[in-house]
Amino acid sequence: MEFLQPTTWEEAVETKAAHPDAVPIAGGTDVMVAVNFGRLRPARLLDLTRVPDLQQWDTEDGVVRLGAGVPYARVIGELGDRLPGLAMAARTIGSPQIRNRGTVGGNLATASPAGDAHPALLAADAEVEVASVRGTRRIPVADFYTGVKRSALADDELVAAVRITPPSGPQQYSKIGTRNAMVIAVAAFGLALHPDRRAVGTGIGSAAPTPRRAPAAEEFLAGELDGLWDSRAELPPATAARFGELVAGAAAPIDDVRGTARYRVHALSVMARRTLTWAWAEYRKGETRCA
Amino acid sequence: MSTPTRSPSGAPSHLTGPGGGRVGDDAARPDGVLKVRGEFAYGSDLWMDDMLWGVTLRSPHPYARIRSVDVGPALAVPGVHAVLTSDDVPGSKTYGLELADQPVLAVDVVRYQGEPVALVAADHPETARRAAARIAVDYEVWEPVTDAREALGHPHWNRVHETEAPVTELSRESAHLHPEGNLVRHVKVRKGDPDATADVVVVGEYEVGMQDQAFLGPESGLAVPAEDGGVELYVATQWLHVDQRQICAALGMPPERVRLTLAGVGGAFGGREDLSMHVHACLLALHTGRPVKMSYNREESFFGHVHRHPATMRYEHGATRDGDLVYVRAQIYLDGGAYASSTPAVVGNAGTMGIGPYVVPNVHVDCYGAYTNNPPCGAMRGFGSVQTAFAYEAQMDALAAELGMDPVELRCRNAMEQGSPTPTGQVVDSPAPVAELLRRLQAMPLPPSPATGADADLRDMPGGVSNTTHGEGVRRGVGYAVAYKNVAFSEGFDDHSTARVRLEVVGGEPTVTVHTAAAEVGQGLVTVEQQIARTELGVDRVVVAPKDTAVGSAGSTSASRQTYVTGGAVKAACEAVRARVLERAAALTGWPVGDLRLFDGAVVAEGLQLPLAEVLGDDAVEETLEWRHRPTEALDPETGQGFAHVQYAFAAHRAVVDVDTELGLLKVVEMACTQDVGKAINPQAVVGQIQGGTAQGLGLAVMEEVLVRDGRVRNPSFTDYLIPTVLDMPPMRIEVLEYADPHAPYGLRGVGEAPNISSGPAVLAAIRQATGLPLTRVPVRPEHITRT
Repeated sequence: MEFLQPTTWEEAVETKAAHPDAVPIAGGTDVMVAVNFGRLRPARLLDLTRVPDLQQWDTEDGVVRLGAGVPYARVIGELGDRLPGLAMAARTIGSPQIRNRGTVGGNLATASPAGDAHPALLAADAEVEVASVRGTRRIPVADFYTGVKRSALADDELVAAVRITPPSGPQQYSKIGTRNAMVIAVAAFGLALHPDRRAVGTGIGSAAPTPRRAPAAEEFLAGELDGLWDSRAELPPATAARFGELVAGAAAPIDDVRGTARYRVHALSVMARRTLTWAWAEYRKGETRCA
Repeated sequence: MSTPTRSPSGAPSHLTGPGGGRVGDDAARPDGVLKVRGEFAYGSDLWMDDMLWGVTLRSPHPYARIRSVDVGPALAVPGVHAVLTSDDVPGSKTYGLELADQPVLAVDVVRYQGEPVALVAADHPETARRAAARIAVDYEVWEPVTDAREALGHPHWNRVHETEAPVTELSRESAHLHPEGNLVRHVKVRKGDPDATADVVVVGEYEVGMQDQAFLGPESGLAVPAEDGGVELYVATQWLHVDQRQICAALGMPPERVRLTLAGVGGAFGGREDLSMHVHACLLALHTGRPVKMSYNREESFFGHVHRHPATMRYEHGATRDGDLVYVRAQIYLDGGAYASSTPAVVGNAGTMGIGPYVVPNVHVDCYGAYTNNPPCGAMRGFGSVQTAFAYEAQMDALAAELGMDPVELRCRNAMEQGSPTPTGQVVDSPAPVAELLRRLQAMPLPPSPATGADADLRDMPGGVSNTTHGEGVRRGVGYAVAYKNVAFSEGFDDHSTARVRLEVVGGEPTVTVHTAAAEVGQGLVTVEQQIARTELGVDRVVVAPKDTAVGSAGSTSASRQTYVTGGAVKAACEAVRARVLERAAALTGWPVGDLRLFDGAVVAEGLQLPLAEVLGDDAVEETLEWRHRPTEALDPETGQGFAHVQYAFAAHRAVVDVDTELGLLKVVEMACTQDVGKAINPQAVVGQIQGGTAQGLGLAVMEEVLVRDGRVRNPSFTDYLIPTVLDMPPMRIEVLEYADPHAPYGLRGVGEAPNISSGPAVLAAIRQATGLPLTRVPVRPEHITRT
């Protein structure tokens, strides 16, 4: 096995162009599991941990540009206030050791339907910045996932960063696992309220071939909130319940070793209802920072 | 005894203690610092520079005939030194703990997914794996038998075994195999009136899933060919001599040429009682003339050892209106999988102990162990008692509900005590404080409810940091359960241990060396051996020699027996050494031997203090003793009556569980445990056993299951076989009682298994109380609680 270790972003992109079969590795929390189980025997590994650009985040025109190699522990520690939904998702991931290694860029490149970051990125309308020697492009995250562990990433492309607009309203994230830590999602849900745009963002994980939004639920809730954004009045329980049902209706889960399809649908309706209740309560308190 | 020409790195060394710690003290482990610093060598750390790596080709099918095996393509891979099949097994082609029914390498038929078919040795593990993948095996795939009751209901077709397995010397007297069917063993317990009737009757059916031992150090060992044509095997295991006996049979070699040394063991819990890579590595080493290391990865480990038997059980309890148990009738089916392993003994335990520590005048139990094409099942902590406890304790709660009684009251009313008869006609002849254990639990304060809403700490909530509830849907339940477990081997087994103890003066310091073959698997027996030697010989410096077959058998590190049996052997050997030393001192000083004792490195008496250096000079006093607990006897095959068990251990748990009833997620808030240990030889280690056993029981209750469908394991990884984390296993309240058993050394009782038995049923009782659901299957899944 060839171990390629670029030290600059340009070199990384060139290496990937020269060796499209090279498997990128950052934290290794997906790649090394596959290697250790004998499921992956890549001819080449492309180590991205020595590329300084990938380890950075900054803010451009109010948008956070999160380098693909920033580990979850830093998302929690450094971006908890700017990216609350993603930080909540990051807290549910693995153990401290895993959070020190695993990256949002890796989660995107693997594109597992169970990836914990995806529902938060979907709810927040994130964009994925990908690059190759041909240039850089931005892909709305909802268009990034194309199938089970498949993405819009071309063979010669690498994930450079993810771009997320800090929220104008509350965000929530909730995940089901059959133990209380270090567990792969049985189902997950991300929610973002966007009072500035009078819009609602959602993201569903582990309940369809790809992470996906729940458009009908978003439209329904945006309509219901139309008169409530300014009054900050109480949300009728029936609205939260209906929102939950619509989120559940957007899922297309299967039975597998981690849970049944029926349970996933049920759990999504409960998570969507509860997260909406929490988010709206937060919004009513008016504690939300404006972006 | 010849010694190997050289030792591998990672081979065990003599352990010298941190010093101090006698019987009853919180003595520190001699290997503790090494383990905490990551310097302790486990089996997977064994290394020799010229070693080869062995790998195993396993069957992908649960049941198939092997039409042909072509090893040619594998042998052609550069770097490959050997490819072996069953044709290369020189001795017995089959082995087994109780029945020698399991092929060393598959012979014509494979009976479970993962059954070893061929071996490869190569100069790199990856080369060996790639070569193994090139072995061409032509299978005729058969329909697997995957249901224990179906396997027994159709004994004359679709048989898993065609021929009777030879009964080995290890067979329990009463283990009888039915050659014409899939029955491994049927234990009948018959007491009192089989047709007894009662005012109040509850009937329940229960199911327990397949649990894995989930030890952290996968199967590993290193076989080194010896100059005398024999082999030295360094291996992480539970009973060196039973391994040796089976390896010798397979290799066709006498025991003096097959020498075993215990490598560092990373947990066992029963999963290392059967052979795994032992014979395989020896075959490859003898074939190649090179040291051969085999070390499973986690996935292979799930296929490389037996699991806990899944159980289906039907119980009927009858009681008077006042709550006195009148009868219990039970049918218990244990799925033994493809090979017998220790199924006969597990059936014996489940059958004889299966109604719990209660006094019942009329008992009618049928317990069956069956062959199927599921993964082989055998020993795991709690050994048959874990499964039945889920059933009998659920029944006690159901009966209490039917009677309108408090569940603890009902249990105390029917609890065993010293002098009580057991279902097998024994009389409990040492303290059995079942009611006291329960009452002490009941008297403990209950934990407060956690903050909810905006103040909620997610770590206190069902779902934990996954942020699924801030208190919504959460209801609390409290449940109790009690367990008893037979300690040591039962049913007439010659259950003994051997200890060699030497006292000498080394560098001016009196030094005791304790040499036994008793496997240290993490439980702390090495500490116990030191504590006993310090106590009996009054010498602080106690060295624990590596565990190997250069000394006689210590029996198995299982059945909660080593502190009792090997502890008993070490104590007896120390007493023999002491007697000789005191006789010497008496001869030297003229003091009556009866006035002398050993204390602080000297022979002392009123007005005498004679340093051991002066008594011993350059001599060493050494004694090797075999020690036995009092004998037990076989069960009557028709009635299940007999003095089958030498000792019982008792534990009880109270579980407090918060359940998110809408999502089916759980937070076990607190586990409280009371246990009678007779005498806590090392109180800190006792508490550790109680905590660990409790966690393992909790795991089975709420998450741990090897999922098998159509004979195939669906989750052979720690990604999907979940064990409790620190957010799942709560802090514990523990009360240790010490009511001496007059028959046991120091009055001690085996500790390790009892807390594994009652913890899960207590958790289930709490979840039932919180949800009002019957929940008859473990592990409980969110789907069961949400009924989705």
